[in-house]
Amino acid sequence: MKFTGTDTYVATEDLMIAVNAAITLERPLLIKGEPGTGKTVLAQEVAKALGRQFIEWNIKSTTKAQQGLYEYDAVSRLRDSQLGDDKVHDISNYIRPGKMWEAFTAAESPVLLIDEIDKADIEFPNDLLQELDRMEFFVYETQATIKAKHRPLVIITSNNEKELPDAFLRRCFFHYIAFPDAETMEKIIDVHHPDAKQELVRDALKVFFDVRETPGLKKKPSTSELLDWLKLLMSEDLPEDVLRSKDPGKLIPPLHGALLKNEQDVHLFERLAFLSRREQR
Amino acid sequence: MFTKFFFTLKEAQVPVTLREYLTLIEALKAGCANYSVEDFYYLARATLVKDEKNLDKFDQVFGHCFNGIEFIADDQTVEIPDEWLKKLAELSLTDEEKAQVEAMGGWEKLMETLQERLKEQEKRHQGGNKWIGTAGRSPFGAYGYNPEGVRIGQKESRHRKAVKVWDKREYKNLDDSVELGTRNIKVALKRLRQFAREGAAEELDLDDTIRSTARNAGFLDLKMRPERHNTVKVLILFDIGGSMDDHIKACEELFSAARTEFKHLEFFYFHNCVYEKLWKENSRRHTSFMPTWDVLHTYPADYKLIIVGDATMSPYEIAYAGGSVEHWNEEAGQLWMERVLNIYSKAVWLNPVPEKYWDYTPSVQMMKQLMTDRMFPLTIGGLEGAMKELNR
Repeated sequence: MKFTGTDTYVATEDLMIAVNAAITLERPLLIKGEPGTGKTVLAQEVAKALGRQFIEWNIKSTTKAQQGLYEYDAVSRLRDSQLGDDKVHDISNYIRPGKMWEAFTAAESPVLLIDEIDKADIEFPNDLLQELDRMEFFVYETQATIKAKHRPLVIITSNNEKELPDAFLRRCFFHYIAFPDAETMEKIIDVHHPDAKQELVRDALKVFFDVRETPGLKKKPSTSELLDWLKLLMSEDLPEDVLRSKDPGKLIPPLHGALLKNEQDVHLFERLAFLSRREQR
Repeated sequence: MFTKFFFTLKEAQVPVTLREYLTLIEALKAGCANYSVEDFYYLARATLVKDEKNLDKFDQVFGHCFNGIEFIADDQTVEIPDEWLKKLAELSLTDEEKAQVEAMGGWEKLMETLQERLKEQEKRHQGGNKWIGTAGRSPFGAYGYNPEGVRIGQKESRHRKAVKVWDKREYKNLDDSVELGTRNIKVALKRLRQFAREGAAEELDLDDTIRSTARNAGFLDLKMRPERHNTVKVLILFDIGGSMDDHIKACEELFSAARTEFKHLEFFYFHNCVYEKLWKENSRRHTSFMPTWDVLHTYPADYKLIIVGDATMSPYEIAYAGGSVEHWNEEAGQLWMERVLNIYSKAVWLNPVPEKYWDYTPSVQMMKQLMTDRMFPLTIGGLEGAMKELNR
């Protein structure tokens, strides 16, 4: 079963090779890239395309590796012992499986997304080495080993906030989602807004790449922001030539709030627009 | 199979290990690459490169090792950066010149020379008879005239074959060869972590619960305790400007690593030596600053002090009032350093200048003395030493 993109996700050729290699060899796939280039969506789309169950584990700064395996709920056990509940004799009643346990015991090999692994503590990836490698772990409380029936396809995303340990990296395939070029971008837009007027898309793309070229932007607009902006442009039903106008008064693109997300960037952009207006005179 | 490629990668300092190489072989055996060069390139990249900053190095090595395997027979064009070839002028030659150009030699010769020149040439070039660029009489480049010439970078003949993907070197600006990776710094800074239980009780203390339940004649008595938090407080002073410009990169890395590692982290800038003013925004240093006295009064003595600077200046800047290069300081830098160090007993100075040069600069010696020898080089070893010192 090969992944070739879906009707809502445009996969470049290098991405397909990486995903398929991870599927074939049953190794984790690490995805990095600028925010908003579709790292998280990739896992959902792979699951959809392969018809597998999708399990998502979102990592926060307080997440511990153990929570992905299981947690032992001592408080309920103590309470039950107080109430004389029969459940109390079996400790396994109080073991709460985590996302990795869920993925290991699924009937068919699922897709497990470990989202934003760099958010967690710096040792977090190291704590999962064995589990990801052998796809098994030991439950101390019940003295049982949980072993994956079918090795899940593990997709890990990282935003580069922390560097990942080498030992962890050695075990993964790696793909860096580069920012799409204009051609790929048109395909992506086509998939998301098939009814967008061709003209509008072409003009919008031009404005978009121009905005990205603006030197000194704190946060460059990304694919997801472009899609939002297009949605807005379309719902506003602007006259066709508004994006193309060289009218000095309208140098700021309409609805730019969807593209530029912080005040400093908007100011910078306005200033540059003002400068270029002066040059044109 | 690709041993040479593997070792060339290693030589080019792409961090590859045997394990990754074996994975690549395994993937090839499993048929992931379909026997096409393009697929092989993508597969090798996904297996062997684990960080986008190494992608460019990988592309170069790949181009070097698998040079000419498929693409010369496939299509006789080579991609070179577009900006060289922007169409700026057209050139027409006299018959005499045409004859000269023709004498250059055959196709093979042209390709060889092109490769060599591409290696030699680093900048954009236009016109002239030798370098590759636009509108010249060199056999290479677009829009010029040479009957045997190679057409490069012309819009019409551009195509999207993977062979050229690595020649495009798209990942060039992601490459950075830093000695001190942020991860290394973080691991070193971790030594400084001290955990303490503070704040709201939110974690079950199992031992205490069982003990008090037993004492309570079996009635459940839950005991909670606060979660462990990192409680280290750090005050960092950065030297900025002047001779520090060469070290800004290393310092930024240190700073970004330090930022995520501590709960309380305060930073200020100074120039060369600490005087009566410190500031947070370098661009507004003259208008928005904080008097050093206020800093000393605001942050209590349990803050650990890290000063980062090259301590390279004129000795007068440390020893005399009015010695500062930027302003008139009423009191000597030495005095201010002593005041700061009197408050913060846990303090270290990190110096980005390699240790072997310290002895040749008198101001470094003076500063080291002021710090009672607690000056460390900004390397992994130095950082570890500094953290040990702060934790003593």
